[in-house]
Amino acid sequence: MSHRLSSGGRLIDRSKPLAFKFNRAKAKGFAGDTLASALLGSGRTLLGRSFKYHRPRGLVASGAEEPNVLVNLGKGNRHEPDQRATTTELFEGAWATSQNHWPTLGFDIGAINDFAYKLMPAGFYYKTFMHSLEAWHSVFEPIIRRAAGLGKAPTKADPDRYEQAYAYCDVLVAGGGVAGLAAALKAGKEGKRVILAEQTAHWGGRAPVDGGLIDGLSPEAWVKNALETLEGMENVRLMTRTMVAGLHDHGYAILYERVADHTPGDGRPRHRLWRTRAGITQVATGAIERPLAFAGNDVPGVMLASAVRDYIVNWAVAPGQRILVVTNNDDAYRTALSALDAGLEVAAVVDARPAPMGALVDAVRARGVKVLEGRAVAKVKGAKAVKAVEIASHATEGGAVEVIDCDCVAMSGGWSPVVHLYSHAGGKVKWDEAAVMFRPDAAKPPTGDKGQPIAAAVGAANGHLTLDAICAEAGMVGTVEAEAPLMPVWVMPAKASEALKFKAFLDYQNDVKVSDVQLAAREGYASVEHTKRYTTLGMATDQGKLSNINGLAILSEALGQAIPQTGTTTFRPPYTPISFGAITGEARGEIFQPLRKTPMHAWHEAKGAHWEPVGLWRRPYTYPRKGEKHRESVNREITNTRTNVGLLDASTLGKIVVKGPDAGRFLDMMYTNLMSTLPVGKCRYGLMCSDNGFLIDDGVVVRLAEDTWLCHTTSGGADRMHGHMEDWLQCEWWDWKVYTANLTEQYAQVAVVGPKARKLLEKMGGMDVSKEALPFMTFKDGELGGFPVRVYRISFSGELSYEIAVPANMGLAFWEAVNKAGEEFGAMPYGTEALHVMRAEKGFIMIGDETDGTVIPQDLGLGWAISKKKADYLGKRAQERVHMTDPDRWTLVGLETLDGSVLPDGVYAVDEGVNENGQRKVQGRVTSTYYSPTLKKGIAMGLVRKGPSRMGEVLEFPADAGKVIQARIVDPVFYDKAGEKADV
Amino acid sequence: MSEAVSALKGESHVGFATVTEAGVTGMITLRADLAATATRIALAGQGLKLPGAREIVAGDKGRFTGWMSPDELLVICAYEDAPAVAAGLAKSLHLEHALVTNVSDARARFTISGAKADQVLTKLCPVDFATLKAGEMRRTRAAQVAAAIWRSGPEELSLVCFRSVAGYVMGILEVSSRQGGELF
Amino acid sequence: MLTLTCPCCGVTVEETELAPGGEAHLKRFGPGSTDAEFETYMFARKNPKGVHFERWRHAYGCGKWFLAARCTVSWEVFGTYPAQTTEPPAELIAKIKEKRPGWEGWK
Repeated sequence: MSHRLSSGGRLIDRSKPLAFKFNRAKAKGFAGDTLASALLGSGRTLLGRSFKYHRPRGLVASGAEEPNVLVNLGKGNRHEPDQRATTTELFEGAWATSQNHWPTLGFDIGAINDFAYKLMPAGFYYKTFMHSLEAWHSVFEPIIRRAAGLGKAPTKADPDRYEQAYAYCDVLVAGGGVAGLAAALKAGKEGKRVILAEQTAHWGGRAPVDGGLIDGLSPEAWVKNALETLEGMENVRLMTRTMVAGLHDHGYAILYERVADHTPGDGRPRHRLWRTRAGITQVATGAIERPLAFAGNDVPGVMLASAVRDYIVNWAVAPGQRILVVTNNDDAYRTALSALDAGLEVAAVVDARPAPMGALVDAVRARGVKVLEGRAVAKVKGAKAVKAVEIASHATEGGAVEVIDCDCVAMSGGWSPVVHLYSHAGGKVKWDEAAVMFRPDAAKPPTGDKGQPIAAAVGAANGHLTLDAICAEAGMVGTVEAEAPLMPVWVMPAKASEALKFKAFLDYQNDVKVSDVQLAAREGYASVEHTKRYTTLGMATDQGKLSNINGLAILSEALGQAIPQTGTTTFRPPYTPISFGAITGEARGEIFQPLRKTPMHAWHEAKGAHWEPVGLWRRPYTYPRKGEKHRESVNREITNTRTNVGLLDASTLGKIVVKGPDAGRFLDMMYTNLMSTLPVGKCRYGLMCSDNGFLIDDGVVVRLAEDTWLCHTTSGGADRMHGHMEDWLQCEWWDWKVYTANLTEQYAQVAVVGPKARKLLEKMGGMDVSKEALPFMTFKDGELGGFPVRVYRISFSGELSYEIAVPANMGLAFWEAVNKAGEEFGAMPYGTEALHVMRAEKGFIMIGDETDGTVIPQDLGLGWAISKKKADYLGKRAQERVHMTDPDRWTLVGLETLDGSVLPDGVYAVDEGVNENGQRKVQGRVTSTYYSPTLKKGIAMGLVRKGPSRMGEVLEFPADAGKVIQARIVDPVFYDKAGEKADV
Repeated sequence: MSEAVSALKGESHVGFATVTEAGVTGMITLRADLAATATRIALAGQGLKLPGAREIVAGDKGRFTGWMSPDELLVICAYEDAPAVAAGLAKSLHLEHALVTNVSDARARFTISGAKADQVLTKLCPVDFATLKAGEMRRTRAAQVAAAIWRSGPEELSLVCFRSVAGYVMGILEVSSRQGGELF
Repeated sequence: MLTLTCPCCGVTVEETELAPGGEAHLKRFGPGSTDAEFETYMFARKNPKGVHFERWRHAYGCGKWFLAARCTVSWEVFGTYPAQTTEPPAELIAKIKEKRPGWEGWK
C-alpha cells in the first residue's frame, strides 16, 4: 500500500502541513505536494473511474500526461471539474471529489463486467447509431446521456478574474529542465530578450530525480547556479506555472500562466493568458514515458516507472511497499534503485530483452534484486489494487510461468519526445528506427513570415534522452550511466492471446484496448486519423500523451506496415486543457463587449427605458411608465408625437463629412442620386448600393459648403459606410481629391417631432425656425436656448420635424433643456419602436427590414432616387443584369389585413401550386408589420411579385397553427399621402 | 450656455496604477498634404509643429500635434481653444485641399499613471511597450476598441478613444489595474 | 496569427489590428461592360495554394488599405505595398520568383 516515507522528498516542506478533503474525508499533505502526491501519500490508490467501463483507476503518471485521476476541485462557485490531480498544487483547505461513479468510488453500479464490455467494442457508438431513430430516442440516448461526461459541470458564476497580456521576445524557451535552462542561458548571454516558461512550479525537469553530473555538478547544484545567473539578466523573464500551450503562425505562442490556482481567493487573477510573439521558440518540453500494453495494466498500482521514482524522490511517497519493475529499457532500472534507496522492496525487474546488461542493470543486480530476462508481465492480478503479477516468457502467448506478489508495478516501454509544440505550426517529425521514437525533423521546422524557422527542439524533446546527450547538445559535459538500446515492445507478451489483449489498455481515459485497435484494422480502418476517431484512441482530455505511439505501432503491425508509413495523428494546441476564463480574459460582465453610449444614455436609463441593441449601441426602445406594457407605451409615444410633440435621441445616426474638389463627383459614385447638384444649405435623401447593386445604406445628405457634404448614415452603418467610402477612395479613385472624417460622435442629435415642435423651439429661444427662415429639407447653423446648434428640417415620421445637432459634451444638457421647454406642450421622449411604426405609417423603408442584401432600390419603388443622368454609380452595372430588370421581381407594397389584425413578421404570401421540392409556391413576404395606433389597425409592408401593378388584390399568408391571414395589396403610404404635415 | 462635460466627468480608479478620465480636451482632425509648406505654415500659425511619421510633438501653450496617418494629424489643445484653433487652421488652408474639423466632443482621453502604468496597457493592447518611445504615438486597439496611445509624462501614458466607448475603456482599464494584477 | 507591416505607417502589427479585404488588383467593370467582364470582376476569385495577393486595411491603426503578397501554404509574407497601384511592384515579383521558382506569376 502507498504511504509517505519518513524522510526525503525534495519538493515538500514537512514543516508546513496542509489539510484537505478528498470525498469528504480528511487528509493531510505538505507544502510542495501535488494533490496526487498527497493522496498517494495518504494511502489512497483507487482515485477514479474510467469513462466507458467505469473501471477502478489510480495514478499512472506524475505530470501533465496523467489520464486517470481527474477530480472535481473546489466547492460552490469555485467548483471545477476534470482537474488533473498530478498538476494541481495542494493548498490548505483544498476540497476534491472523485468523478464518474455512482454511488461511491469504491462501489460503482456503472462498472461493467467482462461480459458486458465485450458488447462495447471499437466503434460501439457508430454501430449503435445505425439502428432506428426510435431505438436511439427510447433506448440509447437516455443510457448514454446518463453515462457520458466525467466531472460535474459548474452551475454558479465564477468569482475569480482572468486576464490576458501581450509579450514579445526574441527567444521563447518552453520547458525549464536542463535543456531549457541551458538554452535560456545561451540566448540570455547573447543579449536576446528571453522568456523561459516552465509548466510546473519547479525548475530542473527530470534531472534532479534521474541523477548524473552536469559540468561536474549535481543537477540540483547546476540548476541553482543556472537560475542565479538567469535571474541576474535583465533581458530574461523566468515564468513558473506557465505552460506554452500552443505555437501558431508567425511565432505566435500562447502561454498559460496559472497565477493563483494554488492560492485561491488571494485577490490575484487566477489564470493569465500570455499572447506572445517570439522570434524563435526553443522547444525544451522533454519526453513522456510510454506504458506497456499488458493485461491489467490499468489496475490501480500499475504506474509509469518514472512516476514511481518521482513520487519517491520528489515527494517522499512510496506508491507501494513491494514494487515490481517491468521494462524494455535500462532507464527503468533507476526506479528500482530509487525504491531500494528509499528502503522499499523490489520484487523483481521483469525485462523483455533476452540479455539486459550495462551499468544500471548491474547496479540493480548488485543490490540483490532478481532480474527476469526475456520475460513479460502476462497479467496483473487484482481489481481495485495490484495483488500479484503472472509472469510469462515475452515471446509467448502468455502462459504463466511464475506468479510474483507485489502491490505496485512500475512499467516502462521507452520514451516519446514531446514534439507537440514543434508540430503545432507545421514542423515535421521523423521516425527514428534505432531509438524507436518520433523526433523533430530539424530540416522541416515550422516557418515564419520570412520563411525562417520559428521553432527548434532541444534536449529530450529533440530525442536526446540521456543527460550526456542533452548536455553535449548544449555544449556542456554530462556524466551519467551508459544505457543499452531498448527493444520495441508494443504488446506484452509479444504474442499475447486475445483474452489478454482484451484487457491491455492503450488509452486509459477512453478505455481503448489493444483488441479495439486491431478490430478497427480488421474492419478496414487504414488511416491513423480514422482509427483514432473510430476507436476514440487519443481523444480523451489527455489527448493521447500516453497512448498515441503504442496505438499507432499496434495499428501498423495489424496493417503489416512500418510505423512511419502509418504516421502520427495531428498534434493540436493546447498542449493540456486551458481554462475558458483565460480564453475570455477581461471580456465578461459589463465589459464583455463595448457598449456604445450616447451622451444621454444615463438619462434614458434613469427614466426606465427598455433598451434595443443597435449595433453596439443601446437605444431606448420605449419608455414605459409604471404599469404600462411596452405596446401601450409605444402607442402613447406615437399618438403624443402625432398630436403634440415627441423627442428622440438620434445621436447614433452616422455623420460623415466629405470634403474636397472631387467630393461631388465622389458622392455621385457613392449614391444612386445626383449629390453634386444639391444646393448648399439643402438636404437630400440618398441611397447607397454595393457595386453588386444591392442596397447597403440610406440617409440624408446635406451640402455644408461648395466643397463639403455631410452624409448621414443608419445608426449601425456609420463605421461600415465610412470604411466603404475610404475603400473606394484609397483603392480605386486614389487620384481624386477627397477627404472624409467620421463625425458621428462629435454631435448629440435630438429629433423634435410633431405639430408643436416649432412652438417648443421658439420657446427655447434663439434662431428663427419658421417655415420661411428654415424650410423643409434645409438646414441652418445657429443657437437655441444658448446652445450652438445645427438644425435640419428633415422628417422620418411625416410630422413637422427638426433634427438638432449639438456638440456631444453638451448633449445631455441640451436634451434636458428641450424636455423642460416641451413640458407645456406635452413633449415626451419616444423610442425606436415608435420611430419604426411612424416611418412605416409613412411608407418609409428601413435598411435591414425592407432590405436583406438581395434587394435593389428599384424593388422598393425608389426609382425616383436613382439618377438617370449619371453614366456610373456603384451598383449601376449590376442593376442592369437580366435578373435585376426582371418584371417579375418582388416589389414593395403596403399590406392591409382584411380583419384589421397585425400580420406576423416575415410571413410569406402563398401562390398556387408547388415547387420542384414539393413545397407550396410563394409570391411575396412581409418585411415590416406593426399595429398603427394612428390608423387603429394593423399595417404592413412587403415585397410581392409585380406588387404595385396588383393594387387591391387579396393575398393569403399562412401563419402559425394553420391560420391563414388575408391581406389586401395597398399603397405603402398609409398616413398623410400628400405629405402636407411635414412641410409646414 | 451650458458647461461642456466629458463622457465620464473625470472618473478615476487607483489600483497598482491610477487610471483617470482626463476630462474635456480639445482635439482637431486635420487632413491635408503633410509635406506641403502650407500645412507647416498653418500649424505654425497655431503654435503647432509638424510631427514625423508616428510621432507626437509639443507646440506652444501645451498644444500637441500627433501623426495619425500619412495624411492626417490630431491637434490636441485646450477644449475652449479648439473652435478657434480649428478655424485658424481652416482659414490658413482655405486655398488648399484640406479638411479641418473639431472632434473634441467625439473623443475621450484617459491617463494611466504610476511606475507600472505600462503593465495596464500590456494587458489590453497588442503593443510591445518596451519599444514604445517617448514622443511616439501608437494607434492600436485596447481590447475591442480603437485607441491612440503615447507617453505623456514620466510614468504616465495617455489614451484617446471614441466618446461612446469611454465607459467600456474605463471598465477595461480599471480591471486591468487592480491590485494583485501586477504582471511582474 | 499573421503579422504584417503596414507600408503606410511602418508599424508591424498582428492580424487583430487589421481587416482583410480579399483579393488584390481586381479591375472594376462598370456600365458598358459585358456580362462576362462584370461577372469576372464581381465574383471570380483566385484561391491559390501558394502565392496570393491580398488587400488588408490597417483598421485599428492608420486606417489605410495596403496590399500584401503572401504564401497561403507556409504563411510567408513576401512583401506589403501601398494600395495605389494596379499591379505588384516589379522588385516584389522578382523576389517571389526567386523564392518560388515554379510560380506562374500574379495575373
